[in-house]
Amino acid sequence: MTVMSYRQAINETLRSEMLRDDRVFLIGEEIGIFEGSYKITAGLLAEFGEQRVRDTPISEEGFTGAAIGAAMLGLRPVVELMTINFSLLALDQIVNHAAKIHGMFGGQRSVPMVIRTPGGGGQQLGATHSQNVELYYAFVPGLKVVAPSNPADAKALLLAAIRDDDPVLFLENLALYNTKGDVPDDDVPGEIGRAAVTRAGSDLTLIGYSRMASLGLSVAEELAAREGIDAEVIDLRSLRPLDRDTIVESVRKTHAAVVLEDDWLTYGIGAEIAATISDGAFDQLDAPVRRVAMAEVPLPYAKSLETAALPSAADVETAIRQTLAAVGRLR
Amino acid sequence: MSAPPDLLGHYRQMLLIRRFGERAARAYTEAKIGGYCHLNLGEEATVVGLMSALDPSDYVFTNYREHGYALARGIDPGRVMAELYGRSDGVSKGWGGSMHLFDAQARLLGGYGIVGGQLPLATGAALAIAYRGGQEVVLCHLGDGTTNIGAFHESLNLAALWKLPIVYAVVNNQLGMGTTVEMSSAEPELHKRAAAYRMYGERVDGNDVVAVRDATARAVAMAREGKPVLLETVSGRLRGHSVVDPAAYRTKEEVAALREADPLLALGDRLREAGTLSDADQEKLEQSVMAEVEAAVAFADASAPPDVKTLFDYNYATTVPNDLKRLPGQPLFAVAGA
Repeated sequence: MTVMSYRQAINETLRSEMLRDDRVFLIGEEIGIFEGSYKITAGLLAEFGEQRVRDTPISEEGFTGAAIGAAMLGLRPVVELMTINFSLLALDQIVNHAAKIHGMFGGQRSVPMVIRTPGGGGQQLGATHSQNVELYYAFVPGLKVVAPSNPADAKALLLAAIRDDDPVLFLENLALYNTKGDVPDDDVPGEIGRAAVTRAGSDLTLIGYSRMASLGLSVAEELAAREGIDAEVIDLRSLRPLDRDTIVESVRKTHAAVVLEDDWLTYGIGAEIAATISDGAFDQLDAPVRRVAMAEVPLPYAKSLETAALPSAADVETAIRQTLAAVGRLR
Repeated sequence: MSAPPDLLGHYRQMLLIRRFGERAARAYTEAKIGGYCHLNLGEEATVVGLMSALDPSDYVFTNYREHGYALARGIDPGRVMAELYGRSDGVSKGWGGSMHLFDAQARLLGGYGIVGGQLPLATGAALAIAYRGGQEVVLCHLGDGTTNIGAFHESLNLAALWKLPIVYAVVNNQLGMGTTVEMSSAEPELHKRAAAYRMYGERVDGNDVVAVRDATARAVAMAREGKPVLLETVSGRLRGHSVVDPAAYRTKEEVAALREADPLLALGDRLREAGTLSDADQEKLEQSVMAEVEAAVAFADASAPPDVKTLFDYNYATTVPNDLKRLPGQPLFAVAGA
């Protein structure tokens, strides 16, 4: 084990996969000379050269599509989209092509590529640079979407994504880049499609991914230490496929659930989780499934408004208390 | 002037594409073919000219008007027709249909239904070739209307910047659905767009199979040297945008001019004048092509529809846990008491 940041875990994993497999190459805006807008690819151009760390013009549709075409010929591109907001410019290529090529042509070619991209607000970047639109991709059969919340999972899931023969959207988060944690030294790929129970508990189930899984865990630990509230925490890790069994199994045990998400509530990923709980644990619920999600506004620039619109630890705590009060289990 | 030795071969391929298209149109009206169905009628010289200049190891990406490209690439007409019929022996196993023909062995890497979707993909295939130091070339077919989408600009810019082995072949049939090139392109001489990327561009008569073949051969040779090319062929579309389009937006004069320029008739005349094609030869050729087309129809008709049990077979290339495989009426979890 080595303690490292989420950023460092991704950087080192990219490096080790490029050393392992010369079909793996990086492509994106400002990833070479500039070393990445968030410095994820620092040092890699110097080590691997321009062929394998390919700077592109500002052409998200063009270079994302080109990565798909290169993957069809057996290379294993890792695309960096500077933020998930810019992925909308490549939406046609991701949804109509990356996701469809394997199925639509009867399995003749697969698209072994990874799209790495950070989401997240809270950096005062304004409405167009602060979104969480992973839902758009989690919606689409043919894609896989993973969203690690900590450095160890970032490594394990990036290894899995690069070695997977399907297109994988690897969701990062601006607020997680500097977070630190233990990371295994060996290269052991994680399993796409499996959630993790990051804290076992009996009072209620917290369900989240990416930043909100991390936030949920820290709130749960704090409430346990301070007030003896025993929350179970599920880190989804994978949004497509979604590990429904782990969610339902937990809720059948705790009888209450709070879903945490950084995107908008309406039609969001939390809605899918709530529907899953309704389908699989309806008779076991002692309270309605509660969702904590962003306010339904384009995220404002002003710090006061931005902070008010984004889900916070206090919002999570309130939702937990109200849910426990509803089931008569608040100590 | 005697005809080059392969001209008869080109003529036969063009005739096959014509008769295959006409037969597909009939099958469509008989409800044997569903969805959309776009034909290459009037583009046969272009299709055969483009495809005949490629090596078998080269890659082809096309749009949705691609039956002719599949045939000219040497794919069995029965497997192409079976795809139009939505059968398990189709080139895409019945998953693609008319717009999404794909044959990895023939290196026809689709058939794309979204206008211009194939451009970035083809560019990336060329990038993969360059990455490996290979000698293959990518030919990316597109229509005249496609030159106005963003992916056209982005792709050509990337190809020129990265010196990729690719030929972008704009098949200008002078209409995007019912909209003329002049109505949609500020520069209607589409090959001139190449200048914006310091790329070589050329326009050629798409009704002349030899001219198209020779221009393509030159373009391919340049592309193999890492100089991408924008090649424009100008021809016509003898019928509507798709089988169901009566093309009411065309004047009688336009239709008459199209028939006058029919590339298949023109090549037939040329061969007859050169003494390479007698009336008896023509008759025999027609019979042999029609027999091939009818055999394709019979093959398609006899092929089984894909088994419903295979519905989830291509969800993923790498199997992962919790992949949801449910039919529309099925619940997510077993229903108590059901």
